[in-house]
Amino acid sequence: MTKIHIPTPLRQYAGKQPTVEVKAGTVAEALSGLVSKHPDLRRHLYTDDGKLRSFVNVYLNDEDVRYLQKEATAIKESDTISIVPSIAGGR
Amino acid sequence: MLKVGRKEYETLRQHGEETYPHECCGVLLGQMREDERVVISIARAGNTRTDSAHNRYNIDPRELVRIQREGRERGEDIVGFYHSHPDHPARWSATDLAEAHWFGCSYVITSVEKGKAAITNSFELAGSDEGDKKLLDETVEVAQAET
Repeated sequence: MTKIHIPTPLRQYAGKQPTVEVKAGTVAEALSGLVSKHPDLRRHLYTDDGKLRSFVNVYLNDEDVRYLQKEATAIKESDTISIVPSIAGGR
Repeated sequence: MLKVGRKEYETLRQHGEETYPHECCGVLLGQMREDERVVISIARAGNTRTDSAHNRYNIDPRELVRIQREGRERGEDIVGFYHSHPDHPARWSATDLAEAHWFGCSYVITSVEKGKAAITNSFELAGSDEGDKKLLDETVEVAQAET
């Protein structure tokens, strides 16, 4: 099972859990499993046309999946996924 | 409401003085409660906006993953973020709101005037999604220093 770390702002849509475990072979399968278990997460992670929102960063262990094989990135048993919304701003 | 210890409060303000005239940024870790966030520790972060650090900040998500993991090992969650506004009011800007996505968390801003930390304000990111989000003023309760 793959552990997905849920950021604090999204836990209310994931049964208030800090982590969700899914069975998956790729990042895409893991995220699909996540929103299947918790459908309310879908609109916060994805746009209406099914793309990951630009400010939603998905990390496989310590690597941004954008720099791996994106959602096709393969997952190993011991891997964890972190969903990390962007932090930015300025005057 | 945001509750923070005197030491952590002064540390985040001092960070802005050290990076002046650039914006500083960092993470607030602690406990989320019903109507308040309690800060137990803060983690400084690097500002990746080296192209415009005087008026922009960005925290590398990779650094955030590390900070989050280390916080988790201590039993702490991310409860908010802080940054500074060099020679500019401690109020959120349109950019601050547009780039805010951590609903329910606190966004702390310190105005740093001519290199000295002046006012520190905090705002809660309220709303249910990107369409109705807003930054609301919140009280900052700073614990008295232990004697």
